[in-house]
Amino acid sequence: MSYISPTKIDEALEVLSRGSGKIIAGGTDVYPSAQLGQHPDFYMDVTRIDGLKRISVSKDIVHFGSAVTWTDIINADLGSAFDALKATAREVGSVQIQNAATLAGNVCNASPAADGVPPLLALDASVELASRAQGSRLLPLAEFITGVRSTVLRRDEMVVGLQVPVPPSTMTSAFEKLGSRRYLVISICMTAVNLVLDQDNRITDARIAVGACSAVAQRLPALEASVIGQRPADVEIKPEFLAPLTPINDVRGAAAYRYDVVQEQCRRAIMQAASR
Amino acid sequence: MNKPFFSQQIAFELNTQPARADATPGQRLSELLRENLGARDVKIGCDAGDCGACTVLLDGQPVCACLTAAHQVEGRSVETLAGLYRAEEKAKRLADSFQNHGAAQCGICTPGMMVSAIALLRNNDAPTEDEVKDALGGVLCRCTGYRKIIDAVVGAPAIAHDGDGSVGTSIRRLDGQCKVDGTEAFGDDVAPVGCLEIFVIRSPFARASFTFENLASFADATGVEAVLTADDIAGRNIFGVIPQFMDQPVFAEAETRFRGEAVAAVVATSEFMSTFDPRSFPVTWTEMPATQNIHDAQKDGAVQLHHGRDGNVMCGGFVTCGDAQAGLSAASKTVEGHFKSGFVEHGYIEPEAGFAQIVNGRVEVHACTQAPVMDLDSLQIILGLDRSQIRIVPTAVGGGFGSKLDISVQPYLALAALKTGKPVRICYSRTESMQSSTKRHPSDIRLKIGADAEGRITGFDFYGEFDTGAYASWGPTVANRVPVHASGPYAISNYRAESKGIHTHNPPAGAFRGFGVPQSAIAQESLFDDLARKLGIDPLEFRIINALEDGVPTVCGQVFDQGVGITACLKALRPAWQSETAAAKAFNETSTTIKRGVGIAAGWYGCGNTSLPNPSTIKSGVRPDGRVVLYQGAMDIGQGANTVITQIFATALGVPADSISRIGADTDVTPDAGKTSASRQTYVSGNAARLSGEALRRLILERMNVARDAELTFGDGEIVATDAEGEHRFDLSKLACDDERLVLRAEETYDPPTRPLDENGQGAPYAQFGYAAHLVVVDVDTAMGTVKPTKFVAAHDVGRAINPMMVEGQVHGGIAQGLGMALMEEYVPGRTENLHDYLIPTIGDIPPIETIIIEEPDAHGPYGAKGLGEHVLIPTAPAILNAINAATGVRITRVPATPSLVRTEIRKAQR
Ligand SMILES: Cc1cc2nc3c(=O)[nH]c(=O)nc-3n(C[C@H](O)[C@H](O)[C@H](O)COP(=O)(O)OP(=O)(O)OC[C@H]3O[C@@H](n4cnc5c(N)ncnc54)[C@H](O)[C@@H]3O)c2cc1C
Ligand code: FES
Ligand code: FES
Repeated sequence: MSYISPTKIDEALEVLSRGSGKIIAGGTDVYPSAQLGQHPDFYMDVTRIDGLKRISVSKDIVHFGSAVTWTDIINADLGSAFDALKATAREVGSVQIQNAATLAGNVCNASPAADGVPPLLALDASVELASRAQGSRLLPLAEFITGVRSTVLRRDEMVVGLQVPVPPSTMTSAFEKLGSRRYLVISICMTAVNLVLDQDNRITDARIAVGACSAVAQRLPALEASVIGQRPADVEIKPEFLAPLTPINDVRGAAAYRYDVVQEQCRRAIMQAASR
Repeated sequence: MNKPFFSQQIAFELNTQPARADATPGQRLSELLRENLGARDVKIGCDAGDCGACTVLLDGQPVCACLTAAHQVEGRSVETLAGLYRAEEKAKRLADSFQNHGAAQCGICTPGMMVSAIALLRNNDAPTEDEVKDALGGVLCRCTGYRKIIDAVVGAPAIAHDGDGSVGTSIRRLDGQCKVDGTEAFGDDVAPVGCLEIFVIRSPFARASFTFENLASFADATGVEAVLTADDIAGRNIFGVIPQFMDQPVFAEAETRFRGEAVAAVVATSEFMSTFDPRSFPVTWTEMPATQNIHDAQKDGAVQLHHGRDGNVMCGGFVTCGDAQAGLSAASKTVEGHFKSGFVEHGYIEPEAGFAQIVNGRVEVHACTQAPVMDLDSLQIILGLDRSQIRIVPTAVGGGFGSKLDISVQPYLALAALKTGKPVRICYSRTESMQSSTKRHPSDIRLKIGADAEGRITGFDFYGEFDTGAYASWGPTVANRVPVHASGPYAISNYRAESKGIHTHNPPAGAFRGFGVPQSAIAQESLFDDLARKLGIDPLEFRIINALEDGVPTVCGQVFDQGVGITACLKALRPAWQSETAAAKAFNETSTTIKRGVGIAAGWYGCGNTSLPNPSTIKSGVRPDGRVVLYQGAMDIGQGANTVITQIFATALGVPADSISRIGADTDVTPDAGKTSASRQTYVSGNAARLSGEALRRLILERMNVARDAELTFGDGEIVATDAEGEHRFDLSKLACDDERLVLRAEETYDPPTRPLDENGQGAPYAQFGYAAHLVVVDVDTAMGTVKPTKFVAAHDVGRAINPMMVEGQVHGGIAQGLGMALMEEYVPGRTENLHDYLIPTIGDIPPIETIIIEEPDAHGPYGAKGLGEHVLIPTAPAILNAINAATGVRITRVPATPSLVRTEIRKAQR
């Protein structure tokens, strides 16, 4: 067993091709889920790989390297469409967690309660994957995560980064998180909303994603369609818009409760995004 | 199979000095720092990022060392509290500020708090309260309620002031410096590097039978040093805190009774432990049907957990006076309710830990504990050794709150040290600690109360069942205390209260701040509000009408002719009650979704054991060099006994508190000051300290033949007494030293005067009660069900505040725990066994707290002082529930009132 910290992406892919190792970034999911006496063949640390700590903005794409931490996101200069992602970053765990934990790790860990997934879905994010054997591929986030703690990531593959198509400059966004205490709390449910309003204060574009109410966070297409042309204050969240959700009962809340409050959460997130 | 490890040497900067260490793959930075580099100022509370105790600065940024791979710090800079304190002026100032506010109680969270705060202060000289909360939100504290920490970080004016520390003054903690500079040594901080470790094998099921395969061949094949099972117990495989109810095995035999119960332990090197897979231990489990609630446990045919406890009833408690039924029939209005609460975890940030060694053939156990002499009693039985062969040396305790009264790691340590002859250590993982330690008893309470039209209570009928889990622990104490206290601090002449403790296959429920009284107070104080409203009487005035007073019998027929302070507490809340209810009314007129409510509740608590002796002995003396020594065996678990007892002693002797050399608990050295529980240390050990101080003073005055009011100064081999006739000198060098190097000594014992309870619970259970009343303002988000307390006002009758700053510290910490119990905490075996899923309040959850100290002196207390440690959380939860009711009209009868529960009740009410 060994601990490998490659500095080049090629080196990293070569390491991964050797077999069953564990990729580690911030370690904030890796350590808590580690089982006593069970060790991978090797740890591969992505945090020293050249370029992966960068957030870069080109004409069409905003690119987040897979070693970008939540703190990096808080400190980055991004447009108002990313306010929800920044708000999410401030709500992840604590400062200690934000300083270490990565956006990519959050996505790869694929928890139903991963706070990063709804805002990324609302940003139409894609996941950039690479392996030595198959080269790179780009997948929409919704296709990348397939279930509770499961993704399409192959054993020899890693996430290199996340890509977001540059959103319209007029797009605003908001993130709402519900938990039982102020800090260090896993969401009971959370909602991210990205909106574009016209001069008449009517919604022309809406992307609404909800987490912790189904195995994988998801967009609510029927709700998104229904709000187009409406003023935010007039938006009505009909139960049928939430049909894709399948909340469960757990220690954090009852299924019926989640179903109930997520409607209010959507409403609040829309109002908040509209007020920006 | 174990995989070969390729350790690598890593080089980095530790506290500005170059450091090198061999790191194994995936090793946590926390472990590397503590074990390879001796940085034991980095504390470990959870190993999962949930508590923040392990916070260090990595290139200046706070991170959890427990989640950082050691390899990740290669070439980078790591800073820990001890290093920061040594090198940085800001850290020293902050340490001072922590001391000046009493911001470190037990001190286990302090390194994480201070390191996080220093990162903030480096960039921001004058942070706001919100900035402090954001910066410290990742560090949990279970003792302080956070407010003092916020004050310390924003640099609020100091509360503690210099002075002689006489009774009534706020001096800094006398044992505080090591807590703020990183040198305090807790249970896991005392073992030498590289000593053997113990890992306990525990039941994965609530109830299971099990068989071991060949343990000897396992030991041979793996090279472990030893395997321990029930067969290794030379004495009796049993422990318990109440002799008549001892029922818990150190290692279960044949069948386990709760998830997490120990069956065996492995003793091996740390290298072995780092790769040991517990699944490879040769035990076969067979899960058996378990009884996990009190109703099933009492059904016919339910498995009986303990011989002689039919129907799984462990025991009960009973108090009655007058005729409750007649009183209820005569009432003008009655209310009744059914209230429930779940298991609550103590959640101290320091898991159970310790170290043991054999010294001159005797076994020495160094561990965190609330009750060293009880630990000794237990080990004597388990080890089958003569008492003289065992020594208990408590370490600093990172919080206890009742659970560290029971033994935990002590028998494993002692057995392993005896079997191997070598030094051994153990530190529970967070999950292990949560699974195996005692909990607050879940309650199921039915209560009916009636009052006449004027608002006087005419009848009160209480029945409560408590889930005491698999073993008795302190269950009998809960069963006894509840009927005595269920009335609350009120005069009730027709009263009946019955309690029962029921065994289930759940974790043993034991002592937790309040021994069942916080649960009964929820029922009683909630119904008081309902009854007052039904009668059209203001809830505060209703309580004042019924408040107990001097000369009025309690429900046990005990009459205090002095010292009953509840009316004063309630009246102290009047101004806030009036202004806050008016403000809430105005707020609610314009707010639709957020509704504001104000709630109040009161409480009382008897200090010391219920009708049983519980003496404390304190010894003091003078050394030939003129130093005064105090043998202080009362465990300071953060609540402040070291400081308060020294203040009392120093006042009695007539010298400054900081001139006293204190010798901490050690069963070889300090006399028995009893256990730290039942809010008894300030009162009982405080009295023993007062008596000891007075006796020493008397002795000196007599020997020197000076006036009674002479002023004494000690030093340089002499005592100087100054009285009206001038200065007198007493040369100590001529006196003979005894075997403890004392030339003068005074050992005194105090035991509270009580009388037994008869079959109706009539008698004099406690020599004193303390009293409390809380007010809280909450904002309820009615659409989400979230409840946000925004302000507390807490009035406490402490008789005499020995150290007002520490009184406030207790109040704040108690409120934080009461708030947790009210709103978020529930331990569910198998589901909330870590601090990720079991939520305790963070720094962002505790609003400002105004503490009103009432001093209604008690004739028995030292300088009038009463106990306080448990009173502080009794009124909190019912006050919050009453505030939710005021805000929304919804009566919550089950805690925790999670958002899910509150919203569900609101929806029901809307339908
Ligand atoms: C106390 C605490 C509080 C938390 N609070 C929150 C919260 O509020 N909200 C929330 O959403 N989460 C929370 N988390 C979870 C966690 O912090 C986040 O999911 C975080 O973003 C994970 O990032 P990481 O870099 O630490 O991942 P790691 O732990 O390093 O990795 C996570 C998983 O992703 C894999 N992985 C990482 N990087 C890559 C890559 N580049 N390619 C392929 N696989 C990769 C790892 O193998 C692992 O399986 C919390 C965790 C803790 C300990
Ligand atoms: S020990 Fe690291 S966060 Fe608790
Ligand atoms: S002082 Fe914070 S946990 Fe004890």
